[in-house]
Amino acid sequence: MRLYFNIVIYFLGGSNLNRNRNIWAGVFFGIGFVAFIDETVFHQLLHWHHFYDQSTTDIGLISDGLFHAFSWFATVMGLFMFADLRRKGQFSIKRWWGGSLIGSGSFQLYDGTIQHKLMKIHQIRYVDSVIVYDVVWNAIALILLILGIFLVYHSKEQEKLNRGKMTHDQ
Amino acid sequence: MINNSHQDSVFHISHLFLLFLFIMVAGYLVATIFLYQKGKRWPIIRCCLWLLGWACIGSTFVGPIADQALHHFLFHMIGHILIGMLAPLLLVLARPMTLLFNILPVKYARRLTTVLKSWPFKVLSDPTVTAVLNIGGLVVLYKTELFSLMHDHFILASLIHLHMFLAGFAFTFSILCMDPTAHKRSFTYRAIVLILAIAAHGLLSKYMYAHPPLGVSQKEAELGAMLMYYGGDVIDLGLVYFLCQEWYRVRGRRLEIHKKTSYYLKG
Repeated sequence: MRLYFNIVIYFLGGSNLNRNRNIWAGVFFGIGFVAFIDETVFHQLLHWHHFYDQSTTDIGLISDGLFHAFSWFATVMGLFMFADLRRKGQFSIKRWWGGSLIGSGSFQLYDGTIQHKLMKIHQIRYVDSVIVYDVVWNAIALILLILGIFLVYHSKEQEKLNRGKMTHDQ
Repeated sequence: MINNSHQDSVFHISHLFLLFLFIMVAGYLVATIFLYQKGKRWPIIRCCLWLLGWACIGSTFVGPIADQALHHFLFHMIGHILIGMLAPLLLVLARPMTLLFNILPVKYARRLTTVLKSWPFKVLSDPTVTAVLNIGGLVVLYKTELFSLMHDHFILASLIHLHMFLAGFAFTFSILCMDPTAHKRSFTYRAIVLILAIAAHGLLSKYMYAHPPLGVSQKEAELGAMLMYYGGDVIDLGLVYFLCQEWYRVRGRRLEIHKKTSYYLKG
């Protein structure tokens, strides 16, 4: 429990706000970007996803609506946060990419498992072997998520090393 | 005979309405010229936004869209997007209240401020209230018999359109707060309400896709719902953009102050 709490604090809070702001800017942009790809590629271009599948549960509709609205907001807000960090000269590309990958991976995983399977908002494609699509979809999501966590963790390790160096130099 | 007089009265109301539109646009332009003569600057783009906004409203009352709206659900939806979403956004961006305060003599401006500070305006500038008025109005319109009644009674249709516009304007105003207002809420609060409102708008359109309003065929409802969903998304993107831009500007101002006052950054 204590460990879990520490991990949450490690990601959410911390002494330096701007360090986490880089991650949050990435997470916002990542969620928005994945939702945008989902909408343009799978709904509009390929026509794999359906606008409204009659088997959708009510909670699925609500969840989809909320996430759609949030992703719209998150894209714009993420880009403005990015611009704000650049303006202040506090932008860290590694943390931002880490955040983006965490955001996109976790949203895709949520979409692929809970929204598609549990809430049945729609399937990835309306064919017999949909399980193949599901596995590929969620595997990609997991890879993105793990890569993102690795990047964020790595950037923090590097920062610790740098901090050590600076004190040594002084 | 009866039909004829009905036609006459309709004609009359739409004329009055056009006159009102003309007064609003002309008034804004005159005020701008007045400001220029006083030596103050006012961006021309705001005049264009104001003009476009009223043009959107005008096109839903008279002209081809208004004629088709009675027969086709799709055109009704175009009207809804124009009058309830696009026109309010354009008009809020034109900052009419700022212009009004700029040209009014101080004495009248103070009186206006007192009126604007009163409780009805306070209630009306809360984003939650305006969001409920806006989305609630739509839910009542599309889920009850009101929608089919609207086609038979001209006055009822006008009132519904008026509510659509006023609620849309109040909502956009309370979210963006472009003009100086005494009742501005925090950015986070406005952002959350905006996200919930966008979600509710999308949900309503998906609901209509599956359950058409009374007197609308399934196919028409599907087309209309898709237009409401994606058209709404485009306008909402504008709302989100201007809301976030305000956040960015406020932080920029803070950064400037910080740079000016901080010894460490100067050195």
